Formats: sequence, C-alpha cells, structure tokens
Amino acid sequence: MSVMAPRIELDDVTLGYERHPAVHHLCGGFGGGATAVCGPNGGGKSTLLKGVMGLLRPLGGHIKVHGLDRRDIAYLPQQAEIDTDFPISVLDVALLGHWRRVGAFRPLTRALRAQASRALEGVGLGGFEARPIGSLSAGQRQRVLFARVLVADSPVILLDEPFTAIDHRTTTDLLDLVLGWSGEGRTVIAVLHDFEQVRLHFPRTLLLAREAIGWGPTAEVLTAANLATARAMSEAWDDDAHRCERGAA
Amino acid sequence: MSPADLHSWLIAPFADFSFMRRALVACLALALGAGPVGVFLVLRRMSLIGDTMSHAVLPGAAVGFLIAGLSLPAMSLGGFVAGLAVALLAGLVTRFTQVKEDASFAAFFMISLALGVLIVSLKGSNVDLMHVLFGSILAVDDASLLLVAGVATVSLFTFAVIYRPLVAECFDSGFLRAVGGGGGACHLLFLALVVLNMVAGFQALGTLMAVGLMMLPATAARFWAREVWGLAAVAVLMAMASGLVGLIASYHANLPSGPAIVLTAGLIYLLSLGFGRRGGLITRLTRRRHLGG
Repeated sequence: MSVMAPRIELDDVTLGYERHPAVHHLCGGFGGGATAVCGPNGGGKSTLLKGVMGLLRPLGGHIKVHGLDRRDIAYLPQQAEIDTDFPISVLDVALLGHWRRVGAFRPLTRALRAQASRALEGVGLGGFEARPIGSLSAGQRQRVLFARVLVADSPVILLDEPFTAIDHRTTTDLLDLVLGWSGEGRTVIAVLHDFEQVRLHFPRTLLLAREAIGWGPTAEVLTAANLATARAMSEAWDDDAHRCERGAA
Repeated sequence: MSPADLHSWLIAPFADFSFMRRALVACLALALGAGPVGVFLVLRRMSLIGDTMSHAVLPGAAVGFLIAGLSLPAMSLGGFVAGLAVALLAGLVTRFTQVKEDASFAAFFMISLALGVLIVSLKGSNVDLMHVLFGSILAVDDASLLLVAGVATVSLFTFAVIYRPLVAECFDSGFLRAVGGGGGACHLLFLALVVLNMVAGFQALGTLMAVGLMMLPATAARFWAREVWGLAAVAVLMAMASGLVGLIASYHANLPSGPAIVLTAGLIYLLSLGFGRRGGLITRLTRRRHLGG
C-alpha cells in the first residue's frame, strides 16, 4: 500500500509548559518516511510530539498538518500512561485503534474485529485476543499498543520512545513494523535513544536540544560535533538548574 | 431445615410486611445503579471519592430539610445540587491549580459536611440528623421508591450510552484525548451519576451507608470478573444479595437495617478476598504450592 503522506510543517515553533519554553524556534517539516528525533533528556522531544498532536498549544509559531485531521494521527506516548492492571482484553485495546471510524457509538462490525485480530497477528500476538492485558509482559503490552497503531492505519505515526525498557526480540519485531510503515510512504516520527539503531534504519534525524542542533539526513546530523554541542547544551541547563536551586535555598 | 422453616425465614418477612417488600425493592433498585457506579469509581482510582461525595450531599439535603422539613423531593434536589457543586468545584480546582484530585475533593467535602451538620442542628433535633446520616430503609415510601427506581433507570441508560468512551477514558485517557473522544464530557456525566446514586442511596440507607453498598461490591467484584461489564454485573448481584441478606438479618435479629446490609456487603468482600477466583488469597497460596511442587 502506498499512502500520500501529509506534510507536517513547523513555522518558528516554540513549545513549553506554563510559559517555560522546552523547544525554541523550530522551523522545518516532516514528509513521508521515517525521521528519528534524538537528543538529551529534557531536550523537548516528547514536547514536540505533543505539539504536533495538538495536545500542547505552541507558545509561539504554528504547526500545520496538511491533508489530515490531527486526531487521525496515530500516537504512541512514552510507555503509554495506561493502567497496566485494567480489566480489559487484548482485543478490546487493539479495537480502540478504530476509534476515529466508530467513535463512541457506532458498532464494531465483524470486519473491524477481524482487522484488529489481524493486527494482533501482525505483532505476534495471534490467539491472545481474550487475554486480559494485566497478564502480559511489558514487551507484549507494547506489542498490543503497536497493534492499536496498526488498526488505526494512519498515514502519520508518532512514537515516543517505543523501545525503551523493551526486550531485544520485541524491539526487533516492532522495528520491522516501523520500517514497513515508512516503506509504505507513511510519515513516521520516532523519539529514539539508540544512535546505532537510528544510523542503521532511519534516513532522517532531528537532533533536538531545546533547539534544533541538526535536522536532515542522519549521517549529516549525528556527527560527533553535533552530539558534543547537544551534550554541552544539556549540561548548561543542568548548571542553570543547579544555580537556581542554590539561589532558592 | 424444613421448607416451612425456610419459608418463615426467607419469604414470610416480605410476604407479611409491606415495609419489608418496599425495602427489598429499594435495595434491588439501588444495587442496579450503585454497582456500576462503584466499579467505575474503583477503576478510576476514585474509591474514596465516593465517600467524599456522600458527605458532600449533606448540606444540600440539610438546606432542603430546613426549608421543607423531612420532604424527599426538597432534600433530594438539595443533595443533588450540593453534590454536583462539590464535584465541579473540586474538578476545577484540580484542573487549574497544583492541588491533586483527592485533596481538592477532601477539602470541599469537609467544608460541605460541617456546613450540613450546622444547618441540620439549627432546626432539627438529633433524631432528624441521625435520619439524614443513617437513613431508614424500613420507612421507604412511594416517593422514595420512585426516586430510587428512577435513578437506577437513568444510571443504566446513561452507562449504556457512555460505556465505550468511559472505559476508554479510565483505561487510557491520553489516547482518548488524542483522538478527540470527549473524555471530559464523559467524566462529568459520570460524576453526575455518582451524585445521583448518592442521593438515591442516602434516603434509603443514609449518606454513610450508601457508600458501602456502592464500594464494597465493586471492590469485591475485582476478585471474580475480568472485564468491565463483568465487574459491573457481579457488583450488581453482590449488592442485591447484600440487600436481601441484610434485610432478613435485620428482621430476625432486630438489627438496624442499614448497617446490616452494608456489613453483609463487607462479609461478601472478605469472602471474595479469601476465595476469589482472580487473585484471592487462597487461590494465590495454592498456586504457589503447585509451582513449588
């Protein structure tokens, strides 16, 4: 399947919480294919994804998503803030991916259910439909959430640290899925920590340390010089924080 | 035990006395609404907020009592308005300040409870206050029955309508927000249901006991069912059984009915804790032994 990828454009975007900017003056765009977002902790990676999702209103500038309602973007938050002991079956979680099609009231037809079952097979959880999610391992839970993304079948997919604290086997399987999505021409934006993984599989990278240190072909962005700059900037915030604490005490 | 004994124990109290029949019907209707409300309160980790809301209802009921005496419509309306006001205020404070949800609910219910006790003591005697606090299911009249049944009906229909978004909101509110699923509206409707069921319960069981019939079966249900609808069904059945057994016990042993009903629910909870199929203590111990052997 080939999808006409919508374009996401960032025009001088500043994002933050309670007037404290976490991302400054970001200009650029995401087209089809996979982009990795890397950078030090506190560099604004998750904040950027929330901004694109419209969950966070920019303090300045504009984020435009062309050719797609924002609510149609598939979004996998950091270790999704779900109640892992919630009494819900694996199939029901996958079926949530149909939300934009069925909403709160329309029926889940047999075809939609079959689609969710296929998605579960696609993430290696065939036959798990009736299992409560409380009985799954962390890796299996992440597979279910990927199945939900598969079901949503969105042309734009945002993943926030999808492989953090996930076993190797699951990471490999899910990474294959992600690469498949970008191969189909979908826009995939993934926050990642493993530079090796990014260099091997992601053609484009945004290196973010509150501002864009680099944004383009991965080989040109993840250079020793850029990484040193990003690290230096994050140490500067830590120094700031330290000073503020001392000032407050 | 002969069939005649059984009849005199289980059937006769209800066959002979209309107040017992009314009490039973009120309990069954209460159970229908309180069961699912309790289950969703537990799932939202708002177990104690049920307790809070029960106290929050009090000043409104007291104002109704002050204006119209022991009048059901006045006290119910007052209770509903006061409960909803506390829920909304607490919700707003949680949203716009640093105060966490449990703390802001607690703050408003304290104010509300003190206000309620003050208002009742301005006019009524302590007996009246006891009636508001502990209810009297054995004095349920037609109007109360209609109210309780009406609340149960409204609750079940509302749950049927908002079931999907409510479950999604409890499970993963971030997801629902991302797809624009209207989780906030669901949450408000749900809080209104909590208050409605509190108001229905306080007339029959009293504000304090009503929470017991809501929370104990809902908590106990976690040991038996594994999906939300199953939890709600089990909770309703347990609440109904508590009403029936509690009433029979209170009739034969001459106990106050409210505590008898809630203590029955408590007993069911303890039994579930011990013998529940899902995570009950006995099940856990025996499983471990299997692994060891």
